[in-house]
Amino acid sequence: MISKITSQFEKAARQNRAAYVPFIMGGFPDDHAFVLLLKALDNCSADVIEVGIPFSDPLADGPTIQKAGKIALDNGASLGKILGTLNDVSVDIHAPIVLMTYWNPVLRMGVDEFGDKAKAANISGVIIPDLPPDEAGYWIKVARSHEIDTIFMVAPTTTPKRLETIVNLSKGFVYLVSMTGVTGSALVVDDELLKTVANVKRLTSVPVAVGFGVSNSEQAAALSNVADGVIVGSALIKKCLEAGDDVSAIDGVSSLSRGIIGALGRN
Amino acid sequence: MTKLGILYKEQKQRASTPDQNGYFGRFGGRFVPETLMPALEELSETYDGVKNDPSFGAELTGLLKNFAGRETPLYYARRFSEKLGGARIFLKREDLTHTGAHKINNALGQVLLAVRMGKTRIIAETGAGQHGVATATAAALMGLECVVYMGSLDIERQALNVTRMKMLGAQVVPVNDGSCSLKDAVNAAIRDWVTNVASTHYIIGSVIGPHPYPMIVRDFQSVIGKEARKQMLEQAGKLPDVAVACVGAGSNAIGLFHAFLADPVRLIGVEAGGYGLDTGRHAASLCAGSPGVLHGALLYLLQDENGQITEAHSIAAGLDYPGVGPEHGMLKDIERVTYVSVTDQEAVQGFMELARIEGIIPALESAHAIAYLMKFAGSMSKDETILVCLSGRGDKDVSQVAEYLDSKRIAGLDENVSNTANHASTSAEN
Repeated sequence: MISKITSQFEKAARQNRAAYVPFIMGGFPDDHAFVLLLKALDNCSADVIEVGIPFSDPLADGPTIQKAGKIALDNGASLGKILGTLNDVSVDIHAPIVLMTYWNPVLRMGVDEFGDKAKAANISGVIIPDLPPDEAGYWIKVARSHEIDTIFMVAPTTTPKRLETIVNLSKGFVYLVSMTGVTGSALVVDDELLKTVANVKRLTSVPVAVGFGVSNSEQAAALSNVADGVIVGSALIKKCLEAGDDVSAIDGVSSLSRGIIGALGRN
Repeated sequence: MTKLGILYKEQKQRASTPDQNGYFGRFGGRFVPETLMPALEELSETYDGVKNDPSFGAELTGLLKNFAGRETPLYYARRFSEKLGGARIFLKREDLTHTGAHKINNALGQVLLAVRMGKTRIIAETGAGQHGVATATAAALMGLECVVYMGSLDIERQALNVTRMKMLGAQVVPVNDGSCSLKDAVNAAIRDWVTNVASTHYIIGSVIGPHPYPMIVRDFQSVIGKEARKQMLEQAGKLPDVAVACVGAGSNAIGLFHAFLADPVRLIGVEAGGYGLDTGRHAASLCAGSPGVLHGALLYLLQDENGQITEAHSIAAGLDYPGVGPEHGMLKDIERVTYVSVTDQEAVQGFMELARIEGIIPALESAHAIAYLMKFAGSMSKDETILVCLSGRGDKDVSQVAEYLDSKRIAGLDENVSNTANHASTSAEN
């Protein structure tokens, strides 16, 4: 079966642009507004939407996503509840949904049960930042049997040997971490990064999307000529944190998204 | 060899090293962002290289001896033993090391590893501040930049150690997330490491974190048990019947226990029971937790039904952590070590008791081990011996304990503390 996620990247490529992959936090700022934000991103023609699962100890995240996660947790969000919400609304969402979760909530739920529930909620892919391929054996089996793509991350520090393993295991897309750092750090899109993207792309036919610190149209434009997609997370969350109410949060997220999508066309 | 001896031998073999993936039984592993995986591989390779390198061993041994003051004494606590009226109690005096706790054993070892890897910057987390002080000391010794992350609650309750770290030239970064204690300091340190991994070595202070840390920290701390075993044979003429250590994340306990895993010695790890296990406000991951992933390893931890890590509580900042090293998880599973807990109040009683009777002010962490042995030493015979790891000194804790005692409105410390301690020991045996 062809991956829904990969198909979205292919569609974007046919339109001569990089794919737009926004990230929002499940249950943030609350369950209701989360659904509104999800629909708003879908209406903006996001190609793939990442939904984060809040975790008490998000060691790969910077202050912005940490804060969103804490607000969601304080409002009662959990992996089970977010999957329940997505189960209800995902039929109305065109873009494939990718869950981004730390491993412990999955372990606690049970890996098989998580696979079942994610499948039922129409989840197309899963990113687990603290589950490198070395530890992912059982999950990969469960994911494959549920036709869920597992998206692995490559980092600037990844050795050539690891890189080969990771791109071979990654389905849907390869998540290229733009820098050594946490989400939302300041990013400079320089030649070295573009070279890294090109290098990873040479190793795989799976699309390569760049995330961590991508926050504006200029960065998106610079990346779009080389990368298959750009992932934007903290910048969107920041719009929500700055907004006074749900309406202005949706406005902020939508307008940043439209700006970035407009910059993704290739010359 | 006795049947029990053979059993212990087998257990020792299972326990002695993690497998190639860093697993102790079902615990351990490497659950970290990809960015850090190459650094862990580099650390493993470096460590494998130095393990059998005599020059590394000689350098570390030299520092432990002449800089840190090893070997530390084994002290027969005669008055304390007589008061409890049973087994003879021996204290392994890690409190007498330079910087005042066992943490220096690991900090010196790891800073030498950092130098071998060409790292110029050291980071660490700290709870009680003892690991922070040890790391700041080791970094100063080697002329390396040092940044220590510390929860803001711990900064408040361990002010003395904060000042010490600063005087040693370290930068102390307050962490205001979550419970503002050790767990959150580890998160902050990991985020720093992800960002600065090329220049920086993260000196984890306990037997936690991704492989190879639990193994490395254990190896550097195992000097405690090796010395104590030899000293027991010299002073008591035999191995101890029981060895006791406090367990937060578990480094002094592993350090003490490791030399005795193959011996017919009963091993007891004492966790922080906080306000009591039934209150949910404690730090007893082995007694009351379940397996999960925190800070890069699969281990026993405290979590809710959704897999969120819950906040630990202990009066002892160094035990205030919601997880415990993977090797302890295995030692619990194979029933080689018995894990128990004592409350904050019992720990304070142990603290006062040792101060009054032996003239030794223990760290509040170590006082947990003292408090637990007070429950059973009296029921043992005078021919039997108990070895306790006195993992650190209590200077850092005196104002906190004074405040605690004030808040409990205990007047006339001598009698009341002794009485309540005796009462606790009686009720525990019932």
